[in-house]
Order: sequence, then C-alpha cells, then structure tokens
Amino acid sequence: MLDKALTGSKKYWTLVIILLGISGVGVFTYLHQLKTGLGITGMSRDVSWGFYISQFTFLVGGAASAVMLVIPYYLHHYKKFSKIVILGEFLAVASVTMCMLFIFVDMGQPMRIANVFLYPTPNSILFWDATVLSGYLVLNIVIGWATLHAEKKGTSPASWVKPLIYLSIPWAISIHTVTAFLYAGLPGRHFWLTAIMAARFLASAFSGGPALLIILALIVRKYTKFDPGKEPIQAVGKIVAYAMSVNVFFILLEVFTAFYSNIPGHMHSFEYLFVGIEGHSKLVPLMWTSVILAAVSLFLLIPPGFRKNESILVFACITVFISLWIDKGFGLVIGGFIPNHFGTVTEYWPTIPETLITLGIWSIGFLVLTILYQVTVSVREELGTAKSEY
Amino acid sequence: MKIDRRKFLKLTGATGIGLGLSATDIFTKGTVEASSGHSRVSTAATRLAMVINIGKLKTDDDYQRIIDACHSIHNVPTIDNPKHEVKWIWTDTYKHSFPEQINEYHPEAFMKKRFPLLCNHCDHPPCVRVCPTKATFKRPDGIIQQDMHRCIGCRFCMAACPYGSRSFNWIDPRPHIKEKNTEYPPRTMGVVEKCTFCNERLERGEEPACVESSNGALVFGNLNDPESEVRKILNTHFTLRRKPSLGTMPSVFYVIGGEDYAG
Repeated sequence: MLDKALTGSKKYWTLVIILLGISGVGVFTYLHQLKTGLGITGMSRDVSWGFYISQFTFLVGGAASAVMLVIPYYLHHYKKFSKIVILGEFLAVASVTMCMLFIFVDMGQPMRIANVFLYPTPNSILFWDATVLSGYLVLNIVIGWATLHAEKKGTSPASWVKPLIYLSIPWAISIHTVTAFLYAGLPGRHFWLTAIMAARFLASAFSGGPALLIILALIVRKYTKFDPGKEPIQAVGKIVAYAMSVNVFFILLEVFTAFYSNIPGHMHSFEYLFVGIEGHSKLVPLMWTSVILAAVSLFLLIPPGFRKNESILVFACITVFISLWIDKGFGLVIGGFIPNHFGTVTEYWPTIPETLITLGIWSIGFLVLTILYQVTVSVREELGTAKSEY
Repeated sequence: MKIDRRKFLKLTGATGIGLGLSATDIFTKGTVEASSGHSRVSTAATRLAMVINIGKLKTDDDYQRIIDACHSIHNVPTIDNPKHEVKWIWTDTYKHSFPEQINEYHPEAFMKKRFPLLCNHCDHPPCVRVCPTKATFKRPDGIIQQDMHRCIGCRFCMAACPYGSRSFNWIDPRPHIKEKNTEYPPRTMGVVEKCTFCNERLERGEEPACVESSNGALVFGNLNDPESEVRKILNTHFTLRRKPSLGTMPSVFYVIGGEDYAG
C-alpha cells in the first residue's frame, strides 16, 4: 500500500518537496545544536524547558483527534464517521511522531536516550510518558494500516484489530493524563500544581485535536477527490464546541482559585502571563490573543446556526487551534517557570535556530501526515469510495 | 562510604522502593502529623546535614572564599551569561532565599545580608523522584548524588527542584574552567550537575570544601546522631530551612539571629 505514496499529483509532490525542504533546514540546524549545545536556544537555568517541550505538550493534544472519532464510531456505531476515522488515526500518528521528535531534540545527551528504557524508573513520570506515547504511536499505525488494508481488499479488518481499537481508547486518555502529570506533581511550581491539570489537558486535546482534523479534512476535500461528507464534519464540530467550552471553563476555575485565595504563588504566573511582572511582559500580547481567539471561537461554535455554516466552522476551528497553541504550546510551560524559585523574572523567547528546529519537526510531522493521507485517498479513489454518502 | 557501580545500582533500586514506602507512610501516620512533616524524617543511621551560621559570615571575602573553595576543586565553570551559569554554591538575599517567610518589617541590614545557597540534599528529593534514568539518586547517608554518565539531559530535575539548585551545561563548560583540577572530572555539555556535599572528600575523611574554608560558619555532620555538632547547634539555635511547606525536608539549615547579622 505504501507504493501509493510514490504516485501522486503535481500538487502532492510540490507539497512533499516543500515539507522535505523545511525538514532539511530543521535537521541541519539540529546538527548545529548537537555540536554547540542547547545554549543556542532561548532556554536558561530559570526557564529550563522552552519551545520544544511546549510543542510536545501541545501536540499530545493533536493525537486526541483519533479517540474522539473512535469512540463514536466503534463504541456507539456512529456510521457517519466511517470515512474520517482513519484521518484521525493517521493525524494521531503524525502528532505522536512530532511529540517524540520534540522530546528528542530537547535532550542534552540525545545519544543516551535509550537509558530511559535501559534503566526503567517507574517513579518517573517521564518514563511513563515515553512508554504511553510510543505505545499509542504503534497502536495507531497498526490500527490505521490494518483497517485501510482491509478496506482495500473489500473485507472487514482482522479479528485482532478490534481489541486493539478498544485498547486505544483508554490509552488515548493515558497519554494526556500522563503528560499532564509531568507538570502537576512538581512541588513549588504553583502554576502547574493543580489537580485539574489532567482534566485541562483532556479538554484542550479534545477541542484542539478535532479542530485540526476538521481543517485537514476540508483541505483534503478541496485538493483531492476524497470527501469526508458534510454530516461527519458537523458532528466533529459539535465535539469541538463542547470540548472548547469545557476547556475555557477549566481555565476560569484556575483563575478563580488563584485570585480568590489570594495566595501570591498561585497568582504570580497568571500575572506574568496576562499583565507582566515588573515590566517583564513578553508573553502578554500573545496570551491576550489567545483569550480573544478563545472567546471568538466560543461565540462562533456554541450557536448551532453559525456552526452549521462550514466556512464559519472552519474559521472557528482555526481560532481554537491558534488559541490553544498559544495557551498550551507556549504559555502553560513557559508560565510555569516564571517567576523563578527566587521570586525573580528571567524571560524566555525562542531563538532563530530553536524556531527552525521547531518548524523542521512540524514539517516532518506534516510530511508523515501527507504521505499517510495520500495513501488513504489513493486507496479510496481506486475503489471509487472517495466520496462519503453522508 | 565508598560507593562502587554495583552499589550505585542497588542503591538506585532501593530509592524507588523507599519512595513507595514513604507514600504509604502518609496514609498510616496521623494526618496532621503527616502534613506537618514531623513523621517523615529519615530514620537512617546517617543523614548528612549542614548548618549555616549566617551571623558568622561577615565580609564579602567570607562568602567568596567558600564559593571559590568549592568551584575551584570541582571544575565548576565561570560563565558570564546568567542564563547559562553553572553554580554549586552561591549567595542571594533573604527575600529570594526564603520567599515564603518574609515580612515588610525585617531590619534593612538583615534584608541586605547574603545567604549561601546550595543543594539541600532533601530527605524527600523531588529531583530523584522525577529522574527517568536514576541518574540522580539518594545515597543511604542522605547525599543526593548524580551520575554524569547516565544523565540524558532532560532537565526534569531542574523543573522539579524548588530551590533552583541544579545547573544544566547549556554550553561546553571546559573552556570556561579557570584552573583545571585534574583530580576531579569536568562535566560534558548537556548534563545536569550540582553540589555533592563533596562526597569525594568525605571518602578521604575530609569535610566538604565549603565547610573547611568557612572558619566555622558552616558546620557539617550527622543529623541523626544526637551527639553530633550539627544537632548541638540545632538544639540551641533558631534555624530555618528553605520552603518547608513543600515537604522536601532539606538537610541544610540556616541559623538566623543570635548574633550580630548586620556585619
């Protein structure tokens, strides 16, 4: 089936070459980082995790696109998702691939990364995160590939696929929970030390992942013969609407606890992110952009009238995606480090090499996604089932 | 005291078990007792600790001597960019060192006083709990040790340490070492390091370098021996530890007051 990735339209190859080019720049810059050290990034002894770890944290959410389709389709037999469930699974594959690459480039001694498995340490959440992420990657590759292969042959998937699909549901919950636990169990980091961290991760993942999926599905529809159908998109839109509402609600809960309790440590990171501390306010414009986009997205997603218009829905999904990218892919991780343990502020901003490496990884992720979607679409075009009946 | 590789590995396994035990302790001991931390103290035969008598540190030189003693023998690089700094022992104000224990009415001279800061060698170290490779581990004598050859440089320990005691080698440290001490290994780029309570000196029967150079301001000994000098000071002086509410149980104590701190 993989041979399908080698045949494609001119547009497909143009995209592949562009993505390969950006990935190449990223790889080249990474070699420079490998040689000179993580000092080429904007990170510091105070803000010791930066863009890489925050992108990883955000992208774990992208993987949620799969489970949000798998649950209705396989548990509730919502047949309308039959065409797009694989798009979710392959998006999960691409997302988790990027997650692992982001963790990899953040390591000071990447050649020793196997130590995580050579000396398994169950008391470390990072050990569990590495375990659940690699497990989820394998699950989605196997499930996606097996179901597509069966579709190609005109049969139903092998009997061993079903148990794996059921396993993938709690497994998906675990990747968000465990990633949240990386942060939620650290003493002295008040911004992260919150019991609803895992719940927030799930809510943001269940809105951001499906929002990205809608955007991608409509791109696929525009440029190929594949049509995921109108109703499935609407159903995913509803999921985004509910999950984004819950996500915003959870953030407001954090704001209440911090400011009503009036405990300085709980308020400081919020103050840094939204008004700045002692003139340090690099992230303030970004964070307000996130707030405004979140408000706009809810305004467009909640009334069904707006959401039913596909153009408005796509616009809303873009606002959800950007809002969450800022909130989780930037503010959440950086904000947790500021102010530092001495009550002083060291700011963080990604450097150019760091940004190039980050773009390179996103590009590799999209390359994986493009190839997997190309295979899917080609298989269906051949079968004449590229168009959804819904 | 000598720890070979085999013991290292055994030890690191024991740390994991220890963590499990301490978690159940919380449930078996009285709630109030557990939350106040009193029931969580180590019962090991040896728990190495340090008492820092702030009143005995008077001139800038008193501080610099301590820092130099440590940094010179351990090949700690001098890096000007504060973002990339590596430090095992350094100083800061009371406000920054004890941010949860300040009020607006402390004497001005006291607020200007510098406090030596270093790894607290906590009894419940968050850095050990989060390390994914057991590169950092707790020895039976309480020292939090770091295996520089196993560290993958993930910096989870830096996120977890509430005292900012851990330094990452953002750049190659070797060109920044003023005078190389060939007796002690320099670190490579991409690993995390910190104070080790001079385990290499302890093995030779010597005190930590900072203690030795402090003219008695820093005292080192076994916290679990009631007759030790550290215990005698703790029994007779008011002391503070950094961020006690976090339950990490630091092994570094600060004697506040009792002497003229305005120096």
